[in-house]
Amino acid sequence: MTLALALEQLLNGLQLGVMLFLMAAGLTLIFGVMGLINLAHGCLYMVGAFACAAVAAATGSFWIGLVASLACAAAAGAIVELLVIRRLYDRDHLDQVLATFALILMFSEGMRWLFGSFPLYLDIPPLLQGAMALPGGAQYPVYRLAIIATGALVALGLYLLIGKTRLGMRIRAGESDREMIGALGVDIRTLYTVVFALGAALAGLAGAMVGALQSVQVGMGEPVLILAFVVIVIGGIGSIKGALLGALLVGVVDTMGRFLLPQLVGLFLPPSQAGMIGAAAASMLIYVMMALILAVKPRGLFPAAHA
Amino acid sequence: MKKLVSAATLALGMSVSGLAFAEPVKIGMITTLSGGGAGLGIDTRDGFMLAIKQAGNSEIEVITEDDGQKPELAVQIADKMIQSDQVDILTGIVWSNLLMAVAPSAVAQGKFYVSTNAAPAALAGENCNPLYFNAAYQNDNLHEAMGEYANRGHKKMFIMAPNYPAGKDSLTGFKRYYKGELTSEVYTQVGQTDYAAEIAQIRASGADGVFAFLPGGMGIAFMKQYAQSGVEIPVMGPGFSFSQDVLPAIGDAAIGAKASGQWAPDFDTEVSKKFLADFQKEYGRLPSIYAVQAYDAAQLILSAAAKADVKDTEAFRAELLKADIQSPRGDFKFNTNQHPIQDIYLTEVVKGDDGVLTNKTVEKIFDDHGDAYAKDCKM
Repeated sequence: MTLALALEQLLNGLQLGVMLFLMAAGLTLIFGVMGLINLAHGCLYMVGAFACAAVAAATGSFWIGLVASLACAAAAGAIVELLVIRRLYDRDHLDQVLATFALILMFSEGMRWLFGSFPLYLDIPPLLQGAMALPGGAQYPVYRLAIIATGALVALGLYLLIGKTRLGMRIRAGESDREMIGALGVDIRTLYTVVFALGAALAGLAGAMVGALQSVQVGMGEPVLILAFVVIVIGGIGSIKGALLGALLVGVVDTMGRFLLPQLVGLFLPPSQAGMIGAAAASMLIYVMMALILAVKPRGLFPAAHA
Repeated sequence: MKKLVSAATLALGMSVSGLAFAEPVKIGMITTLSGGGAGLGIDTRDGFMLAIKQAGNSEIEVITEDDGQKPELAVQIADKMIQSDQVDILTGIVWSNLLMAVAPSAVAQGKFYVSTNAAPAALAGENCNPLYFNAAYQNDNLHEAMGEYANRGHKKMFIMAPNYPAGKDSLTGFKRYYKGELTSEVYTQVGQTDYAAEIAQIRASGADGVFAFLPGGMGIAFMKQYAQSGVEIPVMGPGFSFSQDVLPAIGDAAIGAKASGQWAPDFDTEVSKKFLADFQKEYGRLPSIYAVQAYDAAQLILSAAAKADVKDTEAFRAELLKADIQSPRGDFKFNTNQHPIQDIYLTEVVKGDDGVLTNKTVEKIFDDHGDAYAKDCKM
């Protein structure tokens, strides 16, 4: 194994982690502030990707599509919050899971109805096409580097928003005591809608960026959603810092596992079997890691302050 | 003259299928109409229904249900179709892991299964069954053709497939014919959408060719990411990786990719041209390889139903075995294990004059190709 290959795989892990962070940040914010388990978060990711693909196809510009994806996902999030989610805050988690699962089915069928069952085309903007040389002789796609940079900017933005602004103060207050902040005269209903729309916009951004890299199709959100849940459980539910570290950990471990485990098994077995067994083991790796972390720290790496 | 004869046989064939059947036939179609694999299932359904519609026979009934690419759901639907709908024939499953969950139990209950796509090795050899027919191929076939093609000029290949029965059949088939060296043999997850880790391995492998079997959304993701990676090693694959259902979404990144297939839209035969025109007229898009396979499966069922009662298993089976159809693929007959013997071609992805990406036939790789498992099938 060369240094260039190791570096490339590390960047791949980082890029996957950053993408997961965009999903997990919204999920963990919504859980932290409103105590809501939102299975439909993956749908907002899908909405972002479809909005970007449709608008980019109509206007010819990926960038307008990207803006549209943020707007559409935030709008979809706000509408869903107003119509459905709002009625679920006082219910227990089972009701929330049931209702948001129904939302998944409705979003999926709605998208199929609007756009059909065949994947849509969304290409990377010309500015970010191709690969660039890295120190050490490695080549790396510019677009993936751009995703890493975007993720870092979003993390910084969220840190500033939550740590330094009035809205952030209210979000933190909402996390530690929902009833008290309402009693102090803060419009908690609007705050909930804003937080939900913010989380939705982040998911939509992730969907649009990843849509250009993968395929824009119905049902694209659910596999990512499962990983995002793993991330927030590892990171500690409700904690943005936990979501960031959890996401990077999952991204790097998953990528390195898929790359190294088959080679490791290959030391003992013939290549065709090693490939199969290694691949199977790699797909379990992050769940094994989650189990280990929870055994040592049952509330995740950075549990949120409140009980 | 030849054209005239083939047109006449076509007309004759259609008039036969327009006649009343010996008995009404009920067909249960289980296929993937939702989720990431939906494009494949929809082409399967549409190709199948095109043949049914053309036959214009009211004594044939098709019940269609969506399996969502989930084996447990496919099993439930199959049980329901057999027990409460009392279908005579099951068909339509796209994925081999789903087929393995459904077909063996369906044939054990005395129902016919005519596969439109999935063709795992497990059902082609020792465990072949008189009631199980495959109208598509045996899973290994298209991969075998690419292995043969790779022998010309590729000395070190990197091969990759998803970790499920058809993925294993794929790499087995490729290796059966490929004589050169393999740098790596990589199994990815089914439904995987990010191939950064695999692309990094390809870059570091020193291979001079990449063989990837990635149907549906997996192929779209891989090809787009590969085009951005700066890796210049040529990619090839079986027809599924560059089939008509995924080409529009891959975009120009697919141009020049070599693949194998039993059919391509540019086939210069009357039957193929007519099929292409009819499909486009009916659905407003180009058919994929899945649509052709399903079209032929429906034709096979229709041809047998016109001559024999589906409840008379022996007689119906004998009629199916004759494969008395005009396939858009050209030559088509059944092997001893009831899988096709057919020609397999090398195709290349090109951009047509109208800007639509499609597959162009380059040359024939295998003539009258069967499969490696037929010899183990004792029927």
